[in-house]
This record gives sequence, C-alpha cells and structure tokens, in this order.
Amino acid sequence: MQDEPAFDILATGPLSLLEDDGRAGWAHLGVTASGAADRGAYRAANRLVGNRPGAACIETVLGGLTVRARRTLLVATAGAGASVTVRPGPAPSTSTGTASSASARRLVDNDTLRGRHAAPAGEEGGHALLERHHPPGHSLTLFSGDVLTVEQPAAGLRTYVAVRGGFDAVRVLGSRSSDVLSGLGPAALRPGDVLQLADDAGEWPAADFVRPPIAPLPLRLRRGPRDDWFGDQGWAALLETTWTVSADSNRVGVRLESPDGVARLAPFAHRELASEGMVAGAIQIPPSGLPVIFLRDHPVTGGYPVIAVLTDTAIDAASQLRPGDPARFTDQR
Amino acid sequence: MSSAQALPAEAPGLRILAVGESAVLAECTEPGRFLPLYTRMRHAAVPGVVDLVPAEVTLLVAFDPAVTTRARIIEAVEAAAAQSSTVHGIVVDVRTRRHAVVDIAVRYDGPDVGDVVRSLGLAGIDELIELHTQQLWTAAFLGFAPGFAYLRGEHDRLDLPRRATPRTTVPAGAVALAAGYCGIYPRPSPGGWHVIGTTPAPLWDAAREPASLLEPGSRVRFHRAG
Repeated sequence: MQDEPAFDILATGPLSLLEDDGRAGWAHLGVTASGAADRGAYRAANRLVGNRPGAACIETVLGGLTVRARRTLLVATAGAGASVTVRPGPAPSTSTGTASSASARRLVDNDTLRGRHAAPAGEEGGHALLERHHPPGHSLTLFSGDVLTVEQPAAGLRTYVAVRGGFDAVRVLGSRSSDVLSGLGPAALRPGDVLQLADDAGEWPAADFVRPPIAPLPLRLRRGPRDDWFGDQGWAALLETTWTVSADSNRVGVRLESPDGVARLAPFAHRELASEGMVAGAIQIPPSGLPVIFLRDHPVTGGYPVIAVLTDTAIDAASQLRPGDPARFTDQR
Repeated sequence: MSSAQALPAEAPGLRILAVGESAVLAECTEPGRFLPLYTRMRHAAVPGVVDLVPAEVTLLVAFDPAVTTRARIIEAVEAAAAQSSTVHGIVVDVRTRRHAVVDIAVRYDGPDVGDVVRSLGLAGIDELIELHTQQLWTAAFLGFAPGFAYLRGEHDRLDLPRRATPRTTVPAGAVALAAGYCGIYPRPSPGGWHVIGTTPAPLWDAAREPASLLEPGSRVRFHRAG
C-alpha cells in the first residue's frame, strides 16, 4: 500500500519542493535546519488532513503546481491565498506506471523517474463543467484521475499541499526537506515525478477548514544581538523605512531594497565581524546597508552583523513576501 | 533601549546576547575558551537545547521556548563557562579523549601552490608541505557547507588572506588555506581560499553515521599521499 504511487506531478509552477519541519540539531556540522518556510501554514495543511507533526508537504511558489491523483486521497492546502481547481480526469492509463517496479519510482531515486512519465497531452480538455474550485484552508477529496492545480494567489507566495499520510522521500539527517542552499534532501519536483505516501497519518482531523492567516504586517522583531553597530540612528532607519522586497529573494533569505540603507556607526564602519551562528529570522546588514532577512535555508554562520531577529510568526509572514511587496518592521516591545 | 543588550554574565570573559525569541549568543572575549564551552554544553545535554553553533569567538545556543526559557539557557551557559575556566585542563582532556586524530592524505597539486609559496616567502613546495603536515590541526567550527571544518593549526606560518578573486568552482576534496584556517571542500562549490592540494577523504556522506568526517574539536593530521 505504502509503495503505491499516489500522485503524478504534471507541472510544478516556478518551484515546488518537499518540506517538513526540518532537520534542526545539525548546525554544528554546517547543516542548517531548513524545513517549511511558513511553519504556520505548513502545520495548518497537515492538521487539515490529520497528519502527525513532521509529515512532508509540497511547498509551491505562486501558482501552477498541477498533480494528478492515482487513487482516492484526502488533500488540503494552506498558506498564500491560492485557490485550487480540481478537474476530474480519466484514470491514468496503466501503461504510464506498471512498466517499472513501484520501488523504482520512489523519490529516493528521482533520476530514474524522470522522463518516463511525460504528462499526457490534452489533459485540460472537456471537463470544465465539472471543475471544482476550493479556497485555501480547506481539505478535499481527490478521486483517481482527478487533476488538482494550485492557482495564482492574489497575495502571498507559498502554498502548502498536504496529503493524508504525508509525502514520502528518503530522509536525510531525519528530514525530507529540500535545502536549496546545501542541496541536502530531495531534489526540486519536476514534471513526470511520481510521489508516494509516507506513514504519517495520525488522528482524523477535527476541522475541514482553517482561517487563512491575517497578514501580520508590519513584521515584529526583537533588537540585537549586534544593534550596537548601528546605534539608535540605524535602528530608527530600519523601523521607519518602507522597504521593497527584491526579486533576488529565496528560501535562504529575503533581500530588501530602499534608496537609503541602515548605516553603521563610525567606529564600526570598517570593522569585520568574526563569523557567528545565525538563526532563521535574523536580519543581517551587509556593508550596502540593505537588510537581508534569513529564512529557513540560511547559512549556519554569517559574517555580517545582525541588527534584529524576527519573531517566529513574523518569519512565516516574511516567507510569504513577494518581490515588489512593501515590508515594514516594528519593535516587538 | 540601547545596545546594552548584554545580559548579566557571572563568568568572566563571557558576554551573553539575546538572539530573537529562541537563541542566545555567548561571546567569549578570551580566545580559545569557546571550544571547551561548546564541548561542555554538548556533554551537558541541557533540556530544550535545539542546536549549538560554535564559530570563531561565539557559541550560539538555539532552544525550544516550549520546553525551556532563556533564563535557564543562560544559567546553563554560565555554568558551563565557569566549569570550563576552573577545570580547563580536564575539559581539554575530555576533548582529546573523544577525538582520535583523523589522518588525511593530501596530494599537494593544487593550483595555488606557487602563489602560496611566493606570498609566504617559503623556500619551495617542500617547505609548504612540511609546514602543513608537521602540525596538528583542530576543527574550531564547521560552516559554509555541510562538513566544511575551519581547521586551526598550532602556529600561524600558513596564515594568508583569501584570494582576491574567488573561484566559481573548487572541486570536492580541495585542501585550501585562508584567514588563518585550513579547510577541505566537501563537495564542488565556489571558493575563495588558496587550493594547495586534494584529498580523496570522504568529508561528508549524508547516508553515513556520522555524516561528517569532522566535528568541532576534531583533530587532523595531514600527510603527503604516497
């Protein structure tokens, strides 16, 4: 049962990764915790299908992820305000799957998968009247052959797709998360991948709907540890500027732009910081003065001073910022 | 609130800074103190500690606020620091017992051998090899990539700045020098250090237990590959 394919990936959108609650505990070996960028949304998606904490979800950026169910499955989405469309389709022809053994199709062995399962043409045709639309935050049942598409969200960046049982992949240091900085964990999903279920089903869900998060902006942060490099003037600049999210942002960090950055105090102008441990939510100020918010795939150590650190809730909110979005900060206290 | 974010610390030479909701940064003002502190904290297995990240002069302690409090973590760090200063020798003994010396064979065929010999004013490659192999290196901390250890030697004769222009790709197993450290690239990656050789030693294998050949405190001796 567990080895049976559950989903065909037909399209991935800009980027779709498997993520779980990460691999904390290995930072002393140079391994960052990684895991779902928006922990709150990830947990909500798993809760909607009754998974145990730690089950792997698909984390997809913007819209376009399209998957086809191979059998009856309970799924849910949460995160960015993306609705999903379900189009009933003919059950997949057996010729797409049975040629290779089930175990050869596990995500364990992605390279052997690719290219064997080209998406059938004409998937879109003919079923418009039977389409179902679901807002985010709901669980829904897919039947064999159903094709689910994550639509372009009106706001936000990352949507989590959970399936009852969780997605399977080889665990690396205890986690199925893709770490885009170090390359640990499963490769990014590609059309033709076939996903299987893990064994992470828990209690049945108590709810079939979770409220989408209310955008908690401005982002709340706690001052320090290296705020002394910037003084009260730098602190004021950080809090009073309306920053713009740069296109050069990813799971490692969100880069912010503004005509004026956060300047160092004169005594620190040319000082080098000895590399020190970093955390998710750390706001580094490089010499340009333009802040970088570290997200879950941040490097374990960094050499630029951290002026402040976001609260856990604000890290989730920061992970939903799109290039071009405004970003503001406020002191936690 | 000013920059007086330093929390009170009993132990001399130790400054503890809050890092967000779930970490503290212990800054050791005396060099060489932080590795014993790391070792003690690791042995202490303090409940709620999620990650310990030693770096050049700091130890970051990440904790789970659902399990413990910042105050308890600070207490544990202070206790570990106090122990490592009063029984410093014993701490070092614990460390050396745990870490057998890792022997790493190197072919000294790196593209920067000539530059390194010139900029350090050495007689030639043989002197470079002698300086590299005739000292014991200690992994001060890991970072940059999984399994990449910043190895500190016993003397600073091989200390030189990073390359002016980083390479876009350095092969796996490249043995390189910069900023007072020696490092070995666990996998192909960009790199700004001076590459003096290559080793077949498997620095990182996620499927192996332990995944990393080196950990903070590991001791390394290089020898010339036959």
